[in-house]
Formats: sequence, structure tokens, C-alpha cells
Amino acid sequence: MIRLEKRPQPSRAWSMATPLVAVLATMLFGGLLFAALGKPPVEAIRTIFWEPLFGEFSFYYRPQLLVKGAPLVLIAIGLSLGFRAGIWNIGAEGQYIMGAICGAGAGLAFYPAESFFIFPLMVVAGALGGWAWAMIPAVLKTRFGTNEILVSLMLVYVAEQFLASVSLGLLKNPEGFGFPGSRNLQSWDSAHNAELITGSGMHWGVVAALIAVIFAYVLLNRHMTGYHIRLTGEAPRAAKFAGVNPTRLVLFCLGTSGALAGLAGLFEVSGPSGQITIDFNVGYGFTAIIVAFLGRLHPVGILLAGGLMALTYIGGDIAQSNLQLPAAAIQVFQGMLLFFLLAFDLLTNFRIAVGKPVQA
Amino acid sequence: MKLTNLLTSAAVALGLAAGAAMADTTKVGFVYVGPVGDGGWTYEHDQGRKAVEAEFGDKVETVYVENVAEGPDAERVMTQMALEGADLIFTTSFGYMDPTINVAKKFPNVKFEHATGYKRSDNVSTYSARFYEGRAVQGTIAGHMTESNIIGYIGSYPIPEVIRGINSAYIHAKKVNPNVEFKIVWAFTWFDPAKEADAAKVLIEQGADVILQHTDSTAPQAAAQAAGNVITFGQASDMSEYAPKPRVSSIIDDWAPYYIARTKAVIDGTWESKDTWDGIGAGMVGIGEISDAVPADVKAAALAIKDSLADGSYHAFTGPIKKQDGSDWLAEGETADDGTLAGMNFYVEGLEGDIPQ
Repeated sequence: MIRLEKRPQPSRAWSMATPLVAVLATMLFGGLLFAALGKPPVEAIRTIFWEPLFGEFSFYYRPQLLVKGAPLVLIAIGLSLGFRAGIWNIGAEGQYIMGAICGAGAGLAFYPAESFFIFPLMVVAGALGGWAWAMIPAVLKTRFGTNEILVSLMLVYVAEQFLASVSLGLLKNPEGFGFPGSRNLQSWDSAHNAELITGSGMHWGVVAALIAVIFAYVLLNRHMTGYHIRLTGEAPRAAKFAGVNPTRLVLFCLGTSGALAGLAGLFEVSGPSGQITIDFNVGYGFTAIIVAFLGRLHPVGILLAGGLMALTYIGGDIAQSNLQLPAAAIQVFQGMLLFFLLAFDLLTNFRIAVGKPVQA
Repeated sequence: MKLTNLLTSAAVALGLAAGAAMADTTKVGFVYVGPVGDGGWTYEHDQGRKAVEAEFGDKVETVYVENVAEGPDAERVMTQMALEGADLIFTTSFGYMDPTINVAKKFPNVKFEHATGYKRSDNVSTYSARFYEGRAVQGTIAGHMTESNIIGYIGSYPIPEVIRGINSAYIHAKKVNPNVEFKIVWAFTWFDPAKEADAAKVLIEQGADVILQHTDSTAPQAAAQAAGNVITFGQASDMSEYAPKPRVSSIIDDWAPYYIARTKAVIDGTWESKDTWDGIGAGMVGIGEISDAVPADVKAAALAIKDSLADGSYHAFTGPIKKQDGSDWLAEGETADDGTLAGMNFYVEGLEGDIPQ
């Protein structure tokens, strides 16, 4: 008889290995899925994982990995702080939108002036926008005990309505022939978050993501707040006795994740995207939740997970175009990744035992 | 710019390599905003792609990527297609406008065709359909058929394209039924069955017995069917599975003739950048079969409008027409110019409510 037996202590080896095993299992079952669709499985997997990194046109795809991965990492780092303490901000997508709107709006207020003040001002406004949007669930939770999961999630839909509204009204390009969407910030030097080195994909958002990884690492390992976060997540009662102030912790975690999501939105709207439009948000805020867990809520893990997610997006699009794989199959493939991760996670706390249970 | 050079030289090198390997294969790429199975907008573009394949056989190779988000993702997908040797790329959503222009700059030898936009360059053409002509036919049928005199309209986004459709439908419904009233719900989506169904239900509860939609799913048709005595029109695609009732007719986007012509132009080396805005006459806007639920005289009236639009003897916006605020727009016999139509941001007289800002 095969059964699951609880480990006396979580296995460190499995904790490190599960992401890798999950990726391998995804490749295996993804390959079977592609084969069932009548596509060459090995070539499909190779296209998704190999082509963007080492293929013929990798000189173009590698920088794109940074562009696609940076917002994911930036948002996921913020989310991981709260997740570690059991504070669930599910609404990063909304904070991302509000950051983009506030940042772009603050910049466009000065259009067409050229000044080196404008971009830093937009960065601050973007962070504040995301922070303020995250403060709504934070304050409601600390004052009235509402559930931050529900409130933050539902505020995403409110933010989307805001986005539609400003695209059609307040921020609409006056020279856009009545079509929705703001001016394109890429064609306005003072507000453009351009590549720092042409062709490298490195823009300020990538730099910010890397800085966030370092800060989160230091915070969690060397700082009292980081200790409180970990303690609250791992031993809530002990945290209470240690004098952790839960209100401050909720405000800090939600505020930080909101600000980072807002920054991600600002860097995206002023750089790769260029425009506030009705469909500006493409789900980074939600995908970042997957990235955070795939990275084991660890800053370095998140960095790697963000890269992996970006890889499957870019490789997935290549596979669609070159092998005519349906988009839905790629999405199933990405879904498998999280599914297998959670499934194999079981092995961290349990082990598979064969035979009769030992009597205690 | 270094990247530009790099990309261009790569494209040139690849072009040469491809040219040697498969001398007479033209590669045509399609970038879709939705899934090919949406039964509406993207579905019809994909039908156009299949028509290109059927027309040219081995001479062309088509590739597509579906569900591409507007913005940087679209830019990456287009770049990738150009790198992989596409000669012609159709980008089929308004939001692909700036990405198309950006990528086209890097690949001067690749031709781009952007649907529904207004930015062109030496290697970027734009194309769109005069859907408002189809709305004139719809409005005529709707005005005749309504008994409650309330016509519901599900708007997607308040952009000129959609506002043009509302105005055209209203003008022609009013022409045959002076008591007609329009109720407009903005769904703020192109494709969301749940929202569209809600919008349709709200309109039906408010007494509408005709539902017009500018969204792409069949959810409003299902809602109308459930409610009983309500008629609808297929949007973008024929939606004939709901015929003969509630769906009594439809506006069909038929991109096939255009896609075939433009592909042929690339094969022949005669492609040049231009703006195309075709209607019923050129076959880009199709009117789906008017079902038997419509009385014969109404059907005849609708077909008469359709024919006069097709042969150019009638324009869907012919004066006298006033704007909603009562100011004059078109004098007796005057027809609207394309510039005003392209940027239309006002309702005509008689429509109630404001355009969301």
C-alpha cells in the first residue's frame, strides 16, 4: 500500500528541488499534450525553452526576456513580503494600473515641456498611485477587519474602469482623432523610459526590479521588519508575544507591494508600452502571484521564476507562430507549471511510504 | 540605431537565404487580438487567412499568432514574424497601431497592413470596412420590426467606429419609424459573453424588443432567445446558429477579397502603401441572409437600401442631419465626408444620453 506520511520536518532538499522537478514534469506532460495535438513535441519544447535563449534570433529575444520579466519580478517581490506574513494582496493588477495612470498623468500634465524633472516625478507619482490603491484594502483590514483578498481583488475591476475612463477622457490624446488612448510617451524624450543601452532591453524598470530583489533579500535576512514578517508567517502566536504590531505589518506589506506594482506600471507605460490605453494591463499583476510562489517567496527564486515565466511567454508566442500551436495549448502548458509545483510541494512536508503504517 | 541595423541586416540576410531556398513562397503573417474561435472579429480575419491559402496554394505560407495583447507583446510578435521571414503582416486590431509603426520602421522591406488605424508609412497600409453601411440596413429592419419602439444597443467602446454605427442605425430606424427610441448600454469590452449577456438582459427588461450589438459574442443572441419575442443581428460573423430568430440578419466582415488582393500585390511586386475603406459595394461588408422572421415588404426595403449603398447611389449619412445638440451638421442632400466620419465623436439629433468621456 502506498500512502503519504508526514515528515517530522519539512525536507530542505525537496523544497529546493520542487521547482526543478515541476519544470521537468511540465516539459514531459506538455510534450504529451503537444503530441496529442499532432505537433512535434520535442521541437515544441525546444522552441519554447531554447529558441529565445540560444536560437537564431536570440539577439532580439534575450533583451525581450528582460522587458517581459522585469514587471513580473518587481511585482512578485512586493507580493512575496506580504505572502510570507500571511497578508494576501491579490490585487496587484489594479495597483499596477493605478501606478501607470498616476505616473503618466503626472508627466502628461507638463506636456510638452522638456525637463529632467519630469521622469523622476512620474516615478514618484507611479509608486504613490500604486501605494494609495493598496492602502484601501490595508486600511479597511486594519480598521474594520475586512478580508484583504476580496477587497484588493475587486479593486482590480474598479481600476480597470478607471483605466477605460481616463483613456477615453482625461488622458485622451487630443491629436488622436477621437480614438481612445493617451499620447505616446515614447515620442516625448522627457517622459520616455528608454533603453539605457540601445538593444539591451535594459530600461529603468529592469534596474528597479534588480534593486528590489537586493533590498528584499537584505530586508528579510538582516532587518527587524523582515524578521517580523517571517515570524508572523511562520509562528503567528510567537510574533504576538514578540511584540509584532500587526497593523503596522499589514500597512507595510500592502503598501510596499502596492508601490512596487505601481512602479512596474509606470515603467511599462513610459517604456515598452508607451501609452495609456483601455487594454493597457495584460495580467502582470496576476501572473506575478504565480512567479512569487514559483520562486518560493525567496527574492533570488523570484528572479529566476520571473525569467522562466518570461521565457514561456516569449517561447510560447514563437511556438504559436512557427508550429501553429494554439494559444490555449500554451496557456495549459503554463498552467501545468503551477499545478505541478503545488503538487510536488506536497513532497516537502510528506513522504511517500510503502507498506503498513507504523503504529505510534 | 544599432538594433535597427542589426535587425535590418538580419532580415536582409534571411530574405536572401529564404529567397535562395524557396524562391517563390510568399510568407504572410497575421496577428490576432482574440482566439480564432471567438466566432466574431478574429474568426473572420482567420477566414480571410484561409482564403489566402486556398487562393494561392503552395505559393504562400501563412502563419498566425492569436490572443496577442496590444502593446509590447504585439510588437514582439510582429518583430518575430518579420525576423522569421514574413513578407506581409496583417495586424488586426486598432491597438496594434503604434507597435505596427515601430516594427515597420525596423523592417523597411516587409509590408504591413494595419486594420482600423490611421497611421501609415511607406511600408504600412491601413484598411477598414464601412460597417456603418451595414448598420443602415440593420436600422431599417429594426425600425420596421420593433413593436415597443425601443431598440437596445450594446456598445463596446465609445470610439468613432462604434458611434458611427449607432448614428447610422438610429437615422435609418427613425426614417421608417418616427417613434423609435434607442437605449444604449456601454459594455466596455469587445468580447465578454458574461457582460454582453447582462447588457442584453438589462435592455430587454427596459422594454427593448430589438437588440443591436457592437460586441463579438453570441451571448446577446442567447439572451434574446431566452426572453422570447426579441430580435437580434449577428455581429462581425453571421451567427446563423441563432437564425431564423432571434437573429434575423447580420453584418459580416469579409476580409478575404482584400487579403487576397494585397497578397497578390506583394507577389507581383506592385504593393504600395494606401488607405482602404471599403463597404458593401466592394464586398468587405456583407449582409447576412435576412431570415423569414422578417415580413417580405420589410426585407424588400432593407435590400433596396443595401443595393443603393452598394452601387453608390445613396450614402448612409445624407442630410438633412443635425447633431444631438441641435446644431446643423449636414444640409439637405449633403453627404458626410470621410474625415468627419473617421473621427465621429457626436450623436445625431434624437439620440438620448451622453457619449461616455
